Amino acid sequence: MIATIGFYVFAVILLASATMVVTARNPVHSVLFLILAFFNAAALFLIAGAEFLAMILIIVYVGAVAVLFLFVVMMLDVNFAELREGVQRYAPVGLVVGLILLFELGLVLTGWHFAPSAAEIRMSPTPTALSNTAALGNVLYTRYIFLFQLAGLILLVAMIGAIVLTHRERGTARRQRIGRQNARQPEETLAMLNVALGAGIDEIGILRPLPDPAPVGAESHALPHAAEPH
Amino acid sequence: MADFFLHTIVGLIILTFLKALALIVPLLILVAYLTYAERKVLAAVQLRKGPNVVGWFGLLQPFADALKMIFKETIIPAGANRVLFVLAPMITFGLAILAWAVIPVNDGWGIADINVGILYLFAISSLGVYGIIIAGWASNSKYAFLGALRSAAQMVSYEVSMGFVMVSVLLCVGSLNLNDIVLAQRNIWFFIPLFPMFIVFFVSTLAETNRSPFDLPEGESEIVAGFFVEYSAMAFALFYLGEYANMILMSALTTILFLGGWLGPFGWTWLPGPIWFILKILFCLFVFLWVRATFPRYRYDQLMRLGWKVFLPASLGWLVLTAGVLLATGWVPHVSS
Repeated sequence: MIATIGFYVFAVILLASATMVVTARNPVHSVLFLILAFFNAAALFLIAGAEFLAMILIIVYVGAVAVLFLFVVMMLDVNFAELREGVQRYAPVGLVVGLILLFELGLVLTGWHFAPSAAEIRMSPTPTALSNTAALGNVLYTRYIFLFQLAGLILLVAMIGAIVLTHRERGTARRQRIGRQNARQPEETLAMLNVALGAGIDEIGILRPLPDPAPVGAESHALPHAAEPH
Repeated sequence: MADFFLHTIVGLIILTFLKALALIVPLLILVAYLTYAERKVLAAVQLRKGPNVVGWFGLLQPFADALKMIFKETIIPAGANRVLFVLAPMITFGLAILAWAVIPVNDGWGIADINVGILYLFAISSLGVYGIIIAGWASNSKYAFLGALRSAAQMVSYEVSMGFVMVSVLLCVGSLNLNDIVLAQRNIWFFIPLFPMFIVFFVSTLAETNRSPFDLPEGESEIVAGFFVEYSAMAFALFYLGEYANMILMSALTTILFLGGWLGPFGWTWLPGPIWFILKILFCLFVFLWVRATFPRYRYDQLMRLGWKVFLPASLGWLVLTAGVLLATGWVPHVSS
């Protein structure tokens, strides 16, 4: 009985917050409602007995993806008045697209026939003796290992692509090379001098040591005297 | 009576409530005295006396501070987003308390003994960043926002290596249940075979709780107090309590993953399990304070370098090594449940 009540409570909040994601005026509020929606979806997973998926949903989506969303949305300079004007103009188009989608979904769902035994298989996906996580792992890492690896590979390629597209080498940036700093010996940087009374080191022609010649390519734009602080 | 508590819905609710109370009250007292301990330890390291006026040896100082905070005025800045501004400290503190639902203080003593306990803890600790981001944004202040941005980047970065460390522990256990994780350490505590990961994990918890030397989100010398500049009175106190509760939580997590939870060293049982557990937590907390008194604050690019270029490859490499050793020696734990 508690599970049923819980299901309806979480489902109602989920739908309400999903609506708020679209209708909220402030984009930051939208993202926060999205997070609330994720939470309620996780709760629904829990009620369905899929505790591993529920936790992964929170860790991946709420803990990482939504943080970045929030990050980006907060940095944006959004003009709310302009945004609202756009909503009024494009609302009819959006409505038409939505109605077409709804109609198509309706067609698919009404035309769908379930095999008689399909429902039973769906209702008990996990073997009774095994915990949820172990059962998932048994399937994912045996029968579907190649698909799993492929998904990982696609994500890796997407990540590298994003880095390549956005990474821009600015020659003026000064970087700390910790290995070189640690490897440096006192003899390379310190010189003991007997300076004549009243003469500065400038006058006897000793300047601070120049940086190593920059490696070809990476730092070719570096200014000659913009040395790392020694 | 026992029948009422164990077999009726109302009884179960009351029982869970009482259990939660039995955990939260000592936890809050520990939080209060952790602030006192921090001041005393810092004072001892710096050859000062620390709080010694209110009560014997200053023991009533935390309560004096709490009373002071309660009687201060709550100020909400004019440009702030009121709802989120008030919500942020509640989220921070609430999450720090929420995570304790699954911590087993003794064999089977967790309030909720769930199969994915470690994932639950990881999820809750990764949510902690929201309190900070929301606070920084809702304050409508540049210092607060800078602090929030720093904190978001920092916590997301260090979570990755923390996750890999947890996975290498889980490989040795074969279960996500916190109880099983502790019981798997009956023969040897994991900090001995996984020592490098223990260090990585502990340093990552320092970063995750925004403690010094990684307290850049607060960085009082650069951005005043970071994400909670605009907060006053009880809201400010909630952030503070949340930070200390998080420290205790992370110490408990380190204890469970690496220091054998409630198990005594050398198989000793002359102290009950919860006492061992608390002693280990106190040890971890002392190291937290010791680190604060010893190390200067990291520069921001060094912090990011440490997280992404040192800890991430190290924990990933060690994960592969652990898996390889387990497979080669045939020590892969049997997944039963």
